[in-house]
Amino acid sequence: MNAPRSYVWRSVWRGAAGIVTAVILWETFARSGIFSRALTPELKAIAVTLYSLIADGSMVKNAAFTLWRVLLGLFVASVIGVPLGMLMARYRAWERFWLPLVSVLMPIPTLAWVPLFILWFGIGDLATTLVVTYAATFPMIYNTWTGVRSVNPIWVRAAVSMGAGQHAIFRKVVFPGSMPYIITGLRLAFGRAWIAVIGAELLASPTWGVGRVIFDAKEFLDSEVMLAALVVIGAMGLLFERVVFQKLERYTVTRWGMLAPPRV
Amino acid sequence: MDQTIQVRSITFEYESDKGRVLAVENVSFDVADGEFLCILGPSGCGKTTILNMLAGFLTPTRGEILIGGRPVAGRGQDRGVVFQDFAQLFPWRTARRNVEFGLEMRGVADAERRETALKFLRLVKLEKFAESYPHELSGGMQQRVAIARALAYNPAVLLMDEPFAALDAMTRDEMQKQLTEIWQATKKTVVYITHNVAEAVYLADQILVLAAHPGTVKARLRFDLQRPRDPLSAEFVAAQRELLGHLQH
Ligand SMILES: Nc1ncnc2c1ncn2[C@@H]1O[C@H](COP(=O)(O)OP(=O)(O)OP(=O)(O)O)[C@@H](O)[C@H]1O
Ligand SMILES: [Mg+2]
Repeated sequence: MNAPRSYVWRSVWRGAAGIVTAVILWETFARSGIFSRALTPELKAIAVTLYSLIADGSMVKNAAFTLWRVLLGLFVASVIGVPLGMLMARYRAWERFWLPLVSVLMPIPTLAWVPLFILWFGIGDLATTLVVTYAATFPMIYNTWTGVRSVNPIWVRAAVSMGAGQHAIFRKVVFPGSMPYIITGLRLAFGRAWIAVIGAELLASPTWGVGRVIFDAKEFLDSEVMLAALVVIGAMGLLFERVVFQKLERYTVTRWGMLAPPRV
Repeated sequence: MDQTIQVRSITFEYESDKGRVLAVENVSFDVADGEFLCILGPSGCGKTTILNMLAGFLTPTRGEILIGGRPVAGRGQDRGVVFQDFAQLFPWRTARRNVEFGLEMRGVADAERRETALKFLRLVKLEKFAESYPHELSGGMQQRVAIARALAYNPAVLLMDEPFAALDAMTRDEMQKQLTEIWQATKKTVVYITHNVAEAVYLADQILVLAAHPGTVKARLRFDLQRPRDPLSAEFVAAQRELLGHLQH
């Protein structure tokens, strides 16, 4: 589980190599003069802008709002999705009622809903957060539903023979037993929520948010600010994927031997 | 409480896409309160199917099963089950916490639960692995944890499906001895499945020999051998020979 240090560094280096290559390509392109500097600013300009946005505190506040919406949406989505997915997997009636609905709604791109949500809930915070919640809920339902059906029936039988009631079976067997799928669901939900939040912030324009930064910069054709915002979006997404979710996996399903450790 | 098991001409058919499979046909037997029954038979003769019916996981297509005079259906906790499957432990719990599960369901307090669990892990010689997760244990070790788990909450009836099949001969001998001692001390009613003739003679009061396709009762035998039994004694060897004869014809 604890990969030797040298392996960790090697994988970090390999991951960084791709990013460095992309950065060099951008820099070459930006300096080539094909487009004006105003449209394709070079790295240094982006970095300076990013620094000043962070230094004056505005980017931190914007990023915090965006992240807060994603986490809130993810939380609500889990509170709805996990129990619903479990009930659907355990009781035929629930499955028959909800599955068609979930199957129809799931493939609709979340952003297609944004104009309607704005119509219903007005411009601003509420619409944005609801869009994010909506985006995150389906992966949670779907993965929990699949996860519960993958639970080894022998675990349930063992629990029953030891006197577990319905409640204990759900909480102490079915829930941990479907953890690999639930965590995958959380990952997918985060990905979808992250896409949705920026889109919703662009369209529903709440006061704060990284999407709002891009929207505002558009008015002034300020490509430096737009790119700085993109860097922030990418960095935060990477941080969650690499640090938060990988840690979560390592201390649960990987430790339990239910999921192979990541390859190095 | 009386834990007599009465099995009254049970039949079981599996229904699959390819049609019905008659797995068990018209099987009857009794196990007295505190008695040790071994069910012996070739692979595929319906042993696991019978055990699953005793545990209440499957309902007989025909016939009925009474434990302590009451129908078996839908009751928990009075039967400890050790499955044939290696994957029966909860992967998200350490060995100790697996063993604690039944006690947890009974609302036993933390400290006492822990103590009891460690006691039973010691019994199966795994106290050193109390804090290991199942995937860190070998198949035979996992099976021993499962045995400790089935014993720890002290069910009156013990149902075991080839629990020692994956163990080496020495560990198996040791475990058989332990099981006999526990059984003598606690007076549980035990149904024990095996396809090992020597094991059946060593453990059982009563032996049920099954024939395959469909599973039917071929013979019911009793050997009155003094415990602890000596596998090298003349009576033991004679009993084995007799049992083997029933299996082969
Ligand atoms: N889920 C199932 N669906 C259909 N048929 C089944 C199913 N499980 C078992 N069978 C059939 O029932 C018969 C009895 O199976 P069972 O598992 O009870 O055998 P067993 O005596 O425990 O064998 P073994 O010693 O190999 O464990 C087998 O011949 C098998 O074909
Ligand atoms: Mg079997």
